[in-house]
Amino acid sequence: MPVPVAYSLRNLWARKLTTVLTAGGMALVVFVFAAVLMLDAGLRATLVATGQPDNILVTRRSSGTEIQSGVDRAQAAIVESQPEIALGPGGAPVVSKEVVVLIAQPKRGTGVPTNVTVRGVGAAGLALRPQVRVVAGRMFRPGTAEIVVGRSIAERFEGTGLGERIRFGGREWTVVGAFDAGGSAFDSELWGDGEQMMQAFRRQVFSSVAARLADPGQFDALRARLEADPRLTLDVKRERSFYEEQSQAMSNFISYLGVTLSVIFSVGAMIGAMITMYAAVANRTAEIGALRALGFRRGAILAAFLAEALFLALLGWAVGIAFAAAMQAVQISTMNWQSFSELAFRFTLTREIVVKSLLFALAMGFVGGFLPAVRAARLRIVDALRAA
Amino acid sequence: MHAAERPAPALIRIRNLAKSYRRGGQVVPVLTDITLDVRAGDFLGLMGPSGSGKSTLLNLIAGIDKPDAGEILFDGVDITRLGERELADWRAGTVGFVFQFYNLMPVLTAYENVELPLTLTRLSRRERRAHVEAALALVGLSERMAHYPAELSGGQQQRVAIARAIISDPRLIVADEPTGDLDRHSAAEVLALMDRLNTDLGKTIVMVTHDRRAAERAHAIMYLDKGELSTAADVHERSVR
Repeated sequence: MPVPVAYSLRNLWARKLTTVLTAGGMALVVFVFAAVLMLDAGLRATLVATGQPDNILVTRRSSGTEIQSGVDRAQAAIVESQPEIALGPGGAPVVSKEVVVLIAQPKRGTGVPTNVTVRGVGAAGLALRPQVRVVAGRMFRPGTAEIVVGRSIAERFEGTGLGERIRFGGREWTVVGAFDAGGSAFDSELWGDGEQMMQAFRRQVFSSVAARLADPGQFDALRARLEADPRLTLDVKRERSFYEEQSQAMSNFISYLGVTLSVIFSVGAMIGAMITMYAAVANRTAEIGALRALGFRRGAILAAFLAEALFLALLGWAVGIAFAAAMQAVQISTMNWQSFSELAFRFTLTREIVVKSLLFALAMGFVGGFLPAVRAARLRIVDALRAA
Repeated sequence: MHAAERPAPALIRIRNLAKSYRRGGQVVPVLTDITLDVRAGDFLGLMGPSGSGKSTLLNLIAGIDKPDAGEILFDGVDITRLGERELADWRAGTVGFVFQFYNLMPVLTAYENVELPLTLTRLSRRERRAHVEAALALVGLSERMAHYPAELSGGQQQRVAIARAIISDPRLIVADEPTGDLDRHSAAEVLALMDRLNTDLGKTIVMVTHDRRAAERAHAIMYLDKGELSTAADVHERSVR
């Protein structure tokens, strides 16, 4: 039979300062651990949300990113003519032949130039991305030097306010609208007319071709045909897969660095918990003796002290995850090393992160509490009672 | 130890008990060849100078220490042969402990302290409550159930400890200097209570004490000196119900 839970819980309350300090150390580690996972989840969510499940993206074979890709007009026309491509209301294929380039634009406040992605989209560009909504001003008019800017860009870069003019590609462009792309990577882009961008940047080839499939189930057949076509040296990917791959390098870096740091920090927290629990055992030796004399077995004593360490960890987890949850209000931007452009995203708390951080905290509590609990359980009753 | 007209059978039979401790590489004998019978319903006082082995003998009888040699038969069962778990279960069901410094759990209320041994049983919460309330009423602390040990006087804490000792209705109560930390008035209350446990509830009590007044409550007093049970003296005899 176990020692009542109230005994373990109230002993934590009885030594408030030690409990707060030890749980505080654990909370910090949980915060770092959860924040890193949230950063990774935010990055993935942003890039995954960029792709639509029934869209495909065609780029030059092995180019990896749209910036490095080139699809000439003939190749784009072949892609556009495939029977698997969905047709729009007027019978035209839902295809956007796009040009993607980087420009350096100064940030508001600091004036530091940072790479920003400019995307020239085709007529169906907006229809292909239903998550994109114009929230201020209006959409650019095809054939003009008008642009619209993503929400994150408008907030953080100079010259991107509504009605402002911005110079790149040897031209002045007027910002006529701002769009919200639902937290996707498009929020960090400037959009204009594809053909105008081709001319401005003196491009002969598109960067990519985005298209909607009439039936997403036909993707494999389409890819097999296009990739086997000797006229084409193209990669055909589902749009979502393409953007998932874009997040891979950075996601791996954040995960490895963050988890490594968390594990190193956790050693400190576990030693803190261990010292606290050893002190608890030393201070309550006579109580342990009395409990054993009353008939509580060694296992019950071990469980009671282990439970105390786990409650300590649970407290640390609750505080740590609460602070981490507050980080969701923070938006950060960084260079996406795959596209070399600015990417804004938010810390995203998922159910998986909550569970992982809880298990991490409990593991810290278990490791920190196990040896002191074993020591408590191994005390000889007569020796323990003499400590009274 | 009853020299009464109706001798009860021996509840505890101790035969050739020996115990020694190792101190600084030397073996120091504490008890040598102790043989003793304690009958059901006895109130036995163990006296002797410090270091004479009184508490060691009490610990062995209570099953919280193991002898080097000899046997302790409790109702026919040799408890020296019981394993760790069996001994814990035996203690939980058979022995009530009263310590000199009460050994209550500071973070539990008087009620919860008394309830503690019952958490080892299969009694329901309602049944436990009935038992705890009865035990606290018996020791006169019904009004102090919700108090923590730090909010009680020494005498009250020892009465809570006595309530805890009897809560699981053990056949044997072992008391190690139960009045050693109490003023005269509180000590008298505790001894009166122990007396009631013996006379009214028929509990067998083995009590270690330095206090002559405490020992006078016992039916019989055994003296331990240099590890040997030297004499037994009936202090006063009582008729047993």
